[in-house]
Amino acid sequence: MTDLFLAVLMRDLRLAARRRIESLLPLVFFVVAVSLFPLGVGPEPQTLRQIAPGIVWVCALLAAMLSVNTLYAGDHADGSLEQMLLAPQHAVAVASAKAAAHWLVSGLPLIVAAPVIGLLFDMSGPALRALVMGLLLGTPILSLLGGLGAALTLGLRSGGMLLILIVLPLTTPALIFGAGAVGAVESGLSAGGHYSLLGALLIATTLGAPWATAAALRISTE
Amino acid sequence: MNWGSADNFFAMGGYGLYVWGSYVVTALLMVVEPLLAIHRRRRALRDAASDARPEDHES
Amino acid sequence: MKLTLYTFSSPPKYYALTGVLVPVCWVLAIVLSAIGLWMGFFVAPTDATQGEVYRVIFIHVPAAWMGMFLYLVMAFWAAIGWAFHARLASMVARAVAPTGAIFTFIALWTGAFWGKPAWGTWWVWDARLTSFLILLFLYLGYIALVEAIDDPRRADQAGALLAVVGAVNVPIIYFSVKWWNTLHQGATVSITAAPKMATTMLQAMLIMTFAFWAYAFAVIFTRARAIILERERGAGWVNQLALKGSSRSAKP
Repeated sequence: MTDLFLAVLMRDLRLAARRRIESLLPLVFFVVAVSLFPLGVGPEPQTLRQIAPGIVWVCALLAAMLSVNTLYAGDHADGSLEQMLLAPQHAVAVASAKAAAHWLVSGLPLIVAAPVIGLLFDMSGPALRALVMGLLLGTPILSLLGGLGAALTLGLRSGGMLLILIVLPLTTPALIFGAGAVGAVESGLSAGGHYSLLGALLIATTLGAPWATAAALRISTE
Repeated sequence: MNWGSADNFFAMGGYGLYVWGSYVVTALLMVVEPLLAIHRRRRALRDAASDARPEDHES
Repeated sequence: MKLTLYTFSSPPKYYALTGVLVPVCWVLAIVLSAIGLWMGFFVAPTDATQGEVYRVIFIHVPAAWMGMFLYLVMAFWAAIGWAFHARLASMVARAVAPTGAIFTFIALWTGAFWGKPAWGTWWVWDARLTSFLILLFLYLGYIALVEAIDDPRRADQAGALLAVVGAVNVPIIYFSVKWWNTLHQGATVSITAAPKMATTMLQAMLIMTFAFWAYAFAVIFTRARAIILERERGAGWVNQLALKGSSRSAKP
């Protein structure tokens, strides 16, 4: 199982490295989307500082959902997905590896970019730390849930929008606790509770999502 | 609960818009929804009938 | 809701049975609504704090309960359909979804119309209303997914997976929204919290809940019958039924 996991993970990472521009698109989208908000809301620093964590989190969410679309599509199109799924127990390893690859390629760059964005919004040091910590715990959740959505909507015409509609409600707890952690720190409280809840969510999602994604892959490829 | 007059009843102590806005929309939905379901069933039956008797298709 | 396990696996039996039940449910729904509304408007007194506007509660709370309950019902039958390859159960799940979504919408709409006079704004981002909004999204996601998949079997199974995942997540989502709401606490009491309700108010609310339940049965059964006819098109019993139906109308 671990062999298959590593094999799929390394393969996806290698593919992403070959298509560097494509792999950076989620990051670019993230920066562009975040930058739209001051244009819409006004440049008042006080307002921007207040809404910054929410904006960063929502844009990270959307970037993850938009990039997770193609997680299985390429392999499905050329038949390699069905090869990978030949034995039923392989599906869980494939699902986990795909989610991990997605996080490494799309999630990590967002975590690195987030403090920079935070500075654009004049967030304080402790707030930035809370933002990064929350994203560190939360973006894997987004990749895992996004993988489930991608597996369910595999090959469907309306795939992208449908995926967003399906997965977004499930990600609201992560959004609430992640953005809430920054809010807590900014009001002088500890974000420990938020981190614990995010951590618990992460553990639960890591245990549950690959299994559900495996079932979804079997459903979608039968 | 004695309303005294029909006017009082419809005014709902000044909250008429809110009370009737709620009840009317609800009632509307609970009329439209079953009608749509009934229509769907009738259409399914018609489609099944046209399957069963294709030779009866006269324009 | 079902009589025996056999009613499951037999669409024609289910079709016949529900054909008898639908009118009964309608009668129940109408009678119970009449009683409930009469009690709500002519027996229950005026509320001390909120005046007459509280009377929205007689449809707001029952609709909210139905919205929540029907999601679980939908997930249950979808899961049964998936686990036992019982396509009738999956068809029933699909029949439940729109009704559940509409009740959830009614809960939101009436919640807004209650909130405006009570709290000053058309929408209050309190824990309950926000959770219901997310519940509506969950319903819409399920409906969108099953409608987007052409292959009925894949649609049934994918829908079941989504519905079960959603059902598992509902408590988590509700908890996180409550947490979020208490953090940003501005308004205090949830508008649906009526700590001291007169007995007549409670009774009227319960009767309306049963009325909505009967209504839900009637509509869901009707829609399920439509779905069965659509899915079982070409089967002998459907053809017989269809011919019987059409021979009663226009004569050549």
